[in-house]
Amino acid sequence: MATLQYILKRLTLMIPTFLLVMVIIFLLVRFLPGDPALAIAGDRASDADLAAIRDRLGLNEPAWVQFWLFLTNTVQGDLGTSILMRTEVLDVVFQRLPTTAFLTVYAVGLSVLIAGPMAFVAALNRGRWPDTVIRTVFQVGLSMPVFYIGLVLLTFLAAQLRWFPVGGYGEGFVSHLYHLFLPAFTVALYTSAIILRNLRSAIIEVLDAEYVQFARAKGLPNRVILGRHVLRNALISTVTLLGLSIGNLMSGTLVTETVFAVPGLGRLMLEAIFARDYPLIQGLTLTFAVLVSLVFLLTDLFQSSLDPRMRLS
Amino acid sequence: MSDTAVSSSAPSRPSRLQLALGKPGFLIGCLIIALSTLLALMPNVFAPYDPNYIDYLAIRQPPSWAHPFGTDSLGRDSFSRVIHAYRVNMQMAILATVFALVIGVVVGALVGYYRGIADMIFGRVVDAIITFPFLVLVIAVVAVLGPGLINMYIAITMVGWVYYARLMRAEIIAQMGNDYSDAGMVMGYSDRRIIFRHLLPNAITPVLIYWMTDMALAILLGSSLGYLGLGAQPPQAEWGVLIAEGRNFITTAWWLSLMPGIAIVLTGLGFSLIGDGLADLLRPRG
Repeated sequence: MATLQYILKRLTLMIPTFLLVMVIIFLLVRFLPGDPALAIAGDRASDADLAAIRDRLGLNEPAWVQFWLFLTNTVQGDLGTSILMRTEVLDVVFQRLPTTAFLTVYAVGLSVLIAGPMAFVAALNRGRWPDTVIRTVFQVGLSMPVFYIGLVLLTFLAAQLRWFPVGGYGEGFVSHLYHLFLPAFTVALYTSAIILRNLRSAIIEVLDAEYVQFARAKGLPNRVILGRHVLRNALISTVTLLGLSIGNLMSGTLVTETVFAVPGLGRLMLEAIFARDYPLIQGLTLTFAVLVSLVFLLTDLFQSSLDPRMRLS
Repeated sequence: MSDTAVSSSAPSRPSRLQLALGKPGFLIGCLIIALSTLLALMPNVFAPYDPNYIDYLAIRQPPSWAHPFGTDSLGRDSFSRVIHAYRVNMQMAILATVFALVIGVVVGALVGYYRGIADMIFGRVVDAIITFPFLVLVIAVVAVLGPGLINMYIAITMVGWVYYARLMRAEIIAQMGNDYSDAGMVMGYSDRRIIFRHLLPNAITPVLIYWMTDMALAILLGSSLGYLGLGAQPPQAEWGVLIAEGRNFITTAWWLSLMPGIAIVLTGLGFSLIGDGLADLLRPRG
C-alpha cells in the first residue's frame, strides 16, 4: 500500500516537470528562424500543404493556443510526420527504440561486469598498488571521449583483426549481442569509470561500518560478509548512480550509435538534425526525456524497495 | 570519503601548499594544463608549419622527422594542426563553462537565499532540464541555432548553468545555517552584502571544484560535437574535426585520428587531475 502511494506521489510530481519539458521543446521549435510550416514541410511543399500544416499547428492562433494544440496532440500520441522518413514520428520512434534500449541495457550490464570486480580489488587493497593502478586506468578512461574509444576499437578489433562486425544490428538475440558488443563495450568503458569511483568508496565505507566489524567479530566467514552485507549495500548506491547517470549514458549511446552505424534513436537524432527534420527532432527529444524520467522513477522505486529508510521521507 | 578520514585523524596539519606538492596527480595535472595553455597561447612557436598550408605533393605521409604526426589528405602537417587546435580546444574549456558558471552562481545564490516562489520555479526548471540527456538538449539547441562554435557555446551554456545553480543553491542554504549569516542579518547588512560578501566566498568551493571537472567535460563535449559536425567547422583545426577528417583513412593513415585523440585525453586528464587535487585540498578539514 505504501509503495503504491509512493508511486502515485512520484507520478504526480512528474506532471509539472513534464509540462515544463513540453514548454522547453515548444519554445525550441518556435524559436526556429523562418516559417515553422516551411521548416516542417520542406522547401518543395505546395502552398496548400503549408496552409494545412499552419492550420494543424494553429500557427495563426496566439502562442498559448498553439501550445495547447501541441500538448493535446502529443498526449494523444500525435507527434507529427517525419520529413525524412515520410511516416508518423511515433512509428519511427517505436521502430528504433528497441535497438537503443538493447544497447543501453547491454552497456550497463558490461559496465557492472567491468567495474564490479575492479572496485572490489581496489577497495580490498586500499592505498596499495592494485588500487592505484585501477584508479589511474579508469581516470584516464574518464578523460576519453566516447567517439574516440569507439573509433579506436572499431579500427583495431573490427577493421584490422576482424573479430567483430564494423556496424549494423544483426538479426536475432545472439546476433544482436555480437553486433552490439563493441558499441556496448565503448559505452561501458566510460560508464564503468563513473561507477568504479563510487563503488570503491561505497565498499570501503561498508567495510568500515560497525555492523560489518560486528559480523567479523561474530566470526562470520569473509564470503558471507562480502556477499550479504558489502555487496548488497554497494549495489544500492551503484544502481542509484547508474539511474541518475542515465542521461550521460544516453548521450554516450547517441555518439556511439553514430560511430558504429547502429540504427537506433541516437543516430536517427543526428540524421534528423542534418535533414532539418523538425517534427522528428521534436519527437526524439521528447522520447529521450520520457525514457530518462522513466528510469529515474524505476531507480527511485528500486532504491525504496531495497532501502526502507527511503520510504519514510 | 576514506581520504578525509585519514587526513583528519592526522595530528599535525600541514599547509595546503605542502599537501598540494605531496600529491603527484595534482602536480601532473597542473603541468599538463600549464603546457597546454602555453601551446594555446603561442602555437606558432611550437608548430613547424602553417596548419592550413596545403601541399599536394605530400599527401597522407606517415610520421617522419619532417612531419612527426604525418600529413593529411590535403598534405597539411598533422602535428601543426594538432598544436594549433590547442587554441580552440582550450578556449572551449573556458568559453563553454564560464558563462554557465557565472549565471549558475548568481541564480543559485539568489534562489537559495530568498527561497519562496522563485525557488519553487527554479526546482521545476532544474527537474525539466535534467530530464533531457545533456547531449540531446545541446544538440537540439545547436540544431535550432545552426552548427558552429559560437552557437555550440550558447547551447552548452543554456543547459550547463543548471548544474552550477543547483550546486550553489544547496551550498548557500547549508551556509545560511551558520551563525555568521545570522550575525550579518542582525548587524543590518544588506542582502546583497550578506549574499555576495559573506555567504558566497564560503559556498563557492564545491562550485569551483565542479568547474574544473566541467572544463574537462567541455573539451570532451566540444570535440564530440566537432566530430559530429555540429561544433567547430572544417577547415578549422579542432581535435574532434581532425579525428573526423582522419576517420575515412583510419586503416591506412591511422595517425591522423590517433594523435588528436591523445591530445584530448591528455588535456581532459589534466583538468580532472586538478579538479581531484583541489577537491582533496579545499575540502573543509578538522
